[in-house]
Amino acid sequence: MAILDHHKILEKNATLLLVFSFLVVTIGGIVEIAPLFYLENTIEKVEGVRPYTPLELTGRDIYVREGCYVCHSQMIRPMRDEVERYGHYSLAAESMYDHPFQWGSKRTGPDLARVGGRYSDEWHIDHLINPQSVVPESIMPGYGFLRDRMIEPTHIDARITADRRVGVPYSDEMLAEARADWLAQANPDADAAGLQERYPGAQQRNFDRQAGVSEMDALIAYLQVLGTMVDFSTFQPDQHR
Amino acid sequence: MADPRDQDPNATPTPREEQVARNVGADPTDPHESPANPDNRISVSRRAADAENAQQIIENAPETLTGVKPGARPTSRMSQRRRVGKNVVEVQSTGHSWDGIEEYDNPLPRWWLWTFYATIVWSVGYVLAYPAIPLIHGSTQGFIGTTPRDEVAVDIKRFADANAPIQQKLASVELGTIKDDPELVNYTANAGRAVFNTWCVQCHQAGGAGASGYPALVDDDWLWGGTIDDIHTTILHGIRSPDDPDSRYSEMPRFGADGILDAAQIDQVTNYVLALAKLPHDTAKAEAGATVYADNCVACHMEDGTGDRAQGAPNLTDAVWLYSEQGRPTEARIRQIIHDGPFGVMPAWSQRLSEADIRAVASYVHSLGGGE
Repeated sequence: MAILDHHKILEKNATLLLVFSFLVVTIGGIVEIAPLFYLENTIEKVEGVRPYTPLELTGRDIYVREGCYVCHSQMIRPMRDEVERYGHYSLAAESMYDHPFQWGSKRTGPDLARVGGRYSDEWHIDHLINPQSVVPESIMPGYGFLRDRMIEPTHIDARITADRRVGVPYSDEMLAEARADWLAQANPDADAAGLQERYPGAQQRNFDRQAGVSEMDALIAYLQVLGTMVDFSTFQPDQHR
Repeated sequence: MADPRDQDPNATPTPREEQVARNVGADPTDPHESPANPDNRISVSRRAADAENAQQIIENAPETLTGVKPGARPTSRMSQRRRVGKNVVEVQSTGHSWDGIEEYDNPLPRWWLWTFYATIVWSVGYVLAYPAIPLIHGSTQGFIGTTPRDEVAVDIKRFADANAPIQQKLASVELGTIKDDPELVNYTANAGRAVFNTWCVQCHQAGGAGASGYPALVDDDWLWGGTIDDIHTTILHGIRSPDDPDSRYSEMPRFGADGILDAAQIDQVTNYVLALAKLPHDTAKAEAGATVYADNCVACHMEDGTGDRAQGAPNLTDAVWLYSEQGRPTEARIRQIIHDGPFGVMPAWSQRLSEADIRAVASYVHSLGGGE
């Protein structure tokens, strides 16, 4: 057949084969990925989803730095067993401010998409220091050192600016007050009116139960907000997504 | 030893080299092909070896390749058809040959080929049946009109419907009467255990055994009350939960951290608490600690140290300790609790679990051994 004869030219020329392989992959990519950027139903509009507070954002960076995503996904799939165990399946909107996203298909540990509010701060402290003290069969390593590493909001402005560049709607006010909000959230005695106004529902307390702000404060603040932004008692997801 | 040809790539080839070059089809006078060029020596010798090898294979080919074994008896048609009777049949070459290794044009296994065709046919139907192809304003919805969200909703509803009669009954009866209805007892024992093992076991441990800081549920020592109504309220609203305004709440002062007591006073009252529990203690310090206790602790833990369930204040006189080390109370742990003030939090479950589930797990916990 003539077409197979033409194909032989590709098979025998490494550079041509590379160019045409790239072309085919590009077409596949355009067909599969490009529509997600213009289709209106890619991310449904959901009330309650807000950008992370500065402290939560720091905690998220620690989460990524420690490689938590290697064992924990943040994506509850629409299947009965997952919904029964973890809660309502995840919506695209719930990770719209995640850069990078924390979805995954490999779970060595449980999914964390709705871990916020499921455990107390004390449990998280105990569990991060020595996971086996509360979950005897766990194979998770300890992260007690996080509690000894005290942190300052030195780079939080730059961090928020970076998120703004990729489309997270942090306002100028949020950027200007980032340091104050960062410090206020971990201090139960601080005035948090501004924090609450800018980030509705932000939880303010001493997450690691010790003086100062440690990495564990930030990480627990992040864990405690996961999956709590959308109120599913009033939200009805569109079934045709 | 230096080879003269290394110095002069264009030297006249020897008669033997010319012969080799002709055998492998090269032009002995072309410097790019000439066997006299040292750059070509590896390639030329490999081609010569290939040619020699191919000749050998042709000369020594066993007869089995052509379908007849040497000295084989003629076989019947039946035995030829059986797998063991099949002879090797030479298939056509694709014409690709490397170092004398030929690529044959064998057909794909038939089961594989038909599976492959079947998946192609399946994919067409699948794309049409389910949401798939992105268009300008949305994607195709598929003719069976279902989505993963529909499917999970249907799946959950199927189980919810199956459980609905018993769950409605469970949610409507008086809490105190659950234990008198064998059907409900049976249901709550199973459903309650399933809920417990999913949502509660991480803190209260397997079977409600508890851990330091997380109360055991199998004994009859209750912080906030052990009747089924008390347990139900605790699960519904949690304890010191930041998410529920109706949560049970109390706060033990941070006597050391906030400077209410000095180190000596904490030492004394620690020994008094040890004395209350009839544990080894310093008698002199304990006597001094009685005053500190009377001034600071009786409002919640009561004069005799038996605690107050209305405030979640533990009984200090029994052998059950909420905060311990490897299950045993230690002086250091008691001192630390008085210094830092405990603040145990239990989440409120009203947002995550249904009323029937909460009642099931309350009934399960009540039945663990300590229910009142």
